[in-house]
Amino acid sequence: MADRGALGRGALGRRARVRYRTEHGGFVGRRGPLDNPTNGGASYTRRMSLAVPSPGAVTTEVVLDRARELVAARRLDDAALRRWVHGLPGVDEVGADARAAALSTRSIKAASKAWALDLAVRMVDLTTLEGADTPGTVRTLCAKGLRPDPDDPACPPVAAICVYNDLVGVAREALGDSGIQVAAVTTAFPSGRASLAVKLADTTDAVLAGADEVDMVIDRGAFLSGRYAQVFEQIVAVREVCQQGVAAFGRPAHLKVILETGELAGYDQVRRASWLAMLAGADFIKTSTGKVSPAATLPVTLIMLEAVRDWFALTGEVIGVKPAGGIRTAKDALRHLVTVHETAGPDWLDPARFRFGASSLLNDLLRQRRRLRTGVYAGADYLTAS
Amino acid sequence: MPTFDYAPAPESRAVLTLQPSYGLFIGGDFVEPTSGTAMATIEPATEQVLAEVAVADESDVDRAVRAARRAYQRTWSRLSGSERGKYLYRIARILQERSREFAVLESLDNGKPIKESRDVDVPLAAAHFFYHAGWADKLEWAGHGPDPRPLGVAAQVIPWNFPLLMLAWKIAPALACGNTVVLKPAETTPLTALLFADVCRQAELPPGVVNIITGAGETGAALISHPEVDKVAFTGSTEVGRQIARTVAGSRKKVTLELGGKAANIVFDDAPIDQAVEGIVNGIYFNQGHVCCAGSRLLVQESVAEEVIARLRHRMSTLRVGDPLDKNTDVGAINSAAQLARITELSAAGEAEGAQRWSAPCPLPEKGFWFSPTVFTGVAPAHRIAREEIFGPVLSVLTFRTPSEAVARANNTPYGLSAGIWTEKGSRILWMADRLRAGVIWANTFNRFDPTSPFGGYRESGYGREGGRHGLAAYLKGIAL
Repeated sequence: MADRGALGRGALGRRARVRYRTEHGGFVGRRGPLDNPTNGGASYTRRMSLAVPSPGAVTTEVVLDRARELVAARRLDDAALRRWVHGLPGVDEVGADARAAALSTRSIKAASKAWALDLAVRMVDLTTLEGADTPGTVRTLCAKGLRPDPDDPACPPVAAICVYNDLVGVAREALGDSGIQVAAVTTAFPSGRASLAVKLADTTDAVLAGADEVDMVIDRGAFLSGRYAQVFEQIVAVREVCQQGVAAFGRPAHLKVILETGELAGYDQVRRASWLAMLAGADFIKTSTGKVSPAATLPVTLIMLEAVRDWFALTGEVIGVKPAGGIRTAKDALRHLVTVHETAGPDWLDPARFRFGASSLLNDLLRQRRRLRTGVYAGADYLTAS
Repeated sequence: MPTFDYAPAPESRAVLTLQPSYGLFIGGDFVEPTSGTAMATIEPATEQVLAEVAVADESDVDRAVRAARRAYQRTWSRLSGSERGKYLYRIARILQERSREFAVLESLDNGKPIKESRDVDVPLAAAHFFYHAGWADKLEWAGHGPDPRPLGVAAQVIPWNFPLLMLAWKIAPALACGNTVVLKPAETTPLTALLFADVCRQAELPPGVVNIITGAGETGAALISHPEVDKVAFTGSTEVGRQIARTVAGSRKKVTLELGGKAANIVFDDAPIDQAVEGIVNGIYFNQGHVCCAGSRLLVQESVAEEVIARLRHRMSTLRVGDPLDKNTDVGAINSAAQLARITELSAAGEAEGAQRWSAPCPLPEKGFWFSPTVFTGVAPAHRIAREEIFGPVLSVLTFRTPSEAVARANNTPYGLSAGIWTEKGSRILWMADRLRAGVIWANTFNRFDPTSPFGGYRESGYGREGGRHGLAAYLKGIAL
């Protein structure tokens, strides 16, 4: 933690300041108003890490206190939140697209490729979100997730199985104590058009059925019409429901917040929604439901990775990123991993910090793994359907 | 935890067949130089000799200029514009077809990373030929008079930083307007020009329309002072540009000079910070900073200076310096020992004058010419590194408080080639652009080139424009530049 003293008006908010951690190569020290020299200089990062052992176990009061500090407002209303998210630096669309395109030209070969393909498999949230899903199709998917390539014992399992919440119990039972997480989409997924009471009941169902992870959607209508407080409060409320997992299973459900970037109209909005979700206590920020086009794109993932990098600098808290929908090829997955590596840094190359929400991606990863091992491409019938 | 160190991904050299030695391309054939002397061109990344090239003396220059004159009088000036256009389209297509060959050779001879030669130099060179092919039969509508006429023989001397691209910038408009050319590539990077001679033969360009002679400074001096030359086009250092201006003063030769620069890249506190950092990196570390319009002076508003510099250092630490042929290399080799010595000397002067130096912590290969991407903070306008063109991967950071101060600091240089402005406020971009003394101004981007856009500077950065409708004027009779 060298060089904690560099001050200046930070571009990430009117009151934010930046410090820099040289040995890590990442940003550390964006400070909130509470730890500037005029009110004691206590490090926000240090305070948080003393108060809370893991992000999941933070109480709602702590989240709200922290939000009030960061936003520097006593009431977290639309005006205060607007001032804060609109104080973030803009995103130049042409520049962001060009950066993503430049990262896409990296050429990953040999041992690096083998390592990255295995990592990508371990990061997959294998997903089925169809009206026609049955316990049978979910069990099939779980079996696939447990042993993605039955011919290769060295092939790692996926990170999670992602289903609608009425099928959480089936997935939970099929996965047993394998360590694969069960993720449930809730809050009137995918549109999010329901009352808060319904969204909370939806989430309660999932948590009590044993979901390890909850993928909620934000209210895009509220976000686009500037009702930031409503978006914020809904995330906080869903997050509180996730804490019920502590009583039932000894751990809170992990909260992934879906921004549905394809509906947000612009990269500035993606950045603002990311920060709003992190402020409200998200464990992960996720691009899309997969039901809206465009879903995950590389520039959008890039902007969200910048957001979690800067959030870590500000608070010391680690947030994950999950692009979902539209990533179908191993090549595309490797481009995302390169972007993670060169934006948030090597620490984010971990299933606890980065996931792919996908279904057909897995088989292409397996096909490329096999090709590295055998030198030839396997036909579709040599890989299991899911 | 394992790290994601991309394994080596070298582009294959197999596409390329290099001859051990090259003659002079005069009158459609490779010929031996009169003196019989040769010089070696080396690969800056390994210091190994790539090939021997001929050194042209005055009699060779004379042969080349006569060949160009003959081709001008007998064929090229008599062809219709649409016929000239056909040849240019053909050259453009061959450049595209042989793009990998050109990219590999450019990276070998120059030291620039393959991703730049592949994605920037070669595609842009082809684009310049396509663009000017389109003008060849439309010159009457270019706004340069009802009956624009060519000048005759153009003598063109180009630098080593973008060997093929500068060749395209020179040859394409000259040929489109009906001139013939004698071109001399830089002594350290002659090979893509010699490969281009092969493209001319493949395109069945009439002999003598394009002549390529190699050699050092004396060859260039003999070429521009040849009495039969009608037009001189030069891209290179301000010092040599001055000599050329003196040499041709009082003659009827038309001259365009594209010289040095010390561009200001100006970042305001409301800029899109992440993209601005990309633009700063692209502005100074693109092509190892061997760019006349490089954004070598970063002017950053004081309120965001610390943050921008912190983010810049973080970004610089992800730059990959090394083998130019590796597809993942971001920064390649310095072109020559002499240039490395100049960069090293100026950087030492920066430290001695009190600026703080920070270099990206990247491992450098043992053989070859290398320089870590470097940034100097605490630079005063009086420091040498703030005034002199370094032509290397070295950035000088200065700060400002108000837009007026930014303009004053940006203009406080004898050069006037390019500038960059980073702000989300459109009205401020226009206000700044009106006041900055630079031939090219980029807003929220940097180092973007396009054949449709005129490029060039004024004051000590030279005169004349290349590209666009304006660039045609340099190769047509009776038009003031």
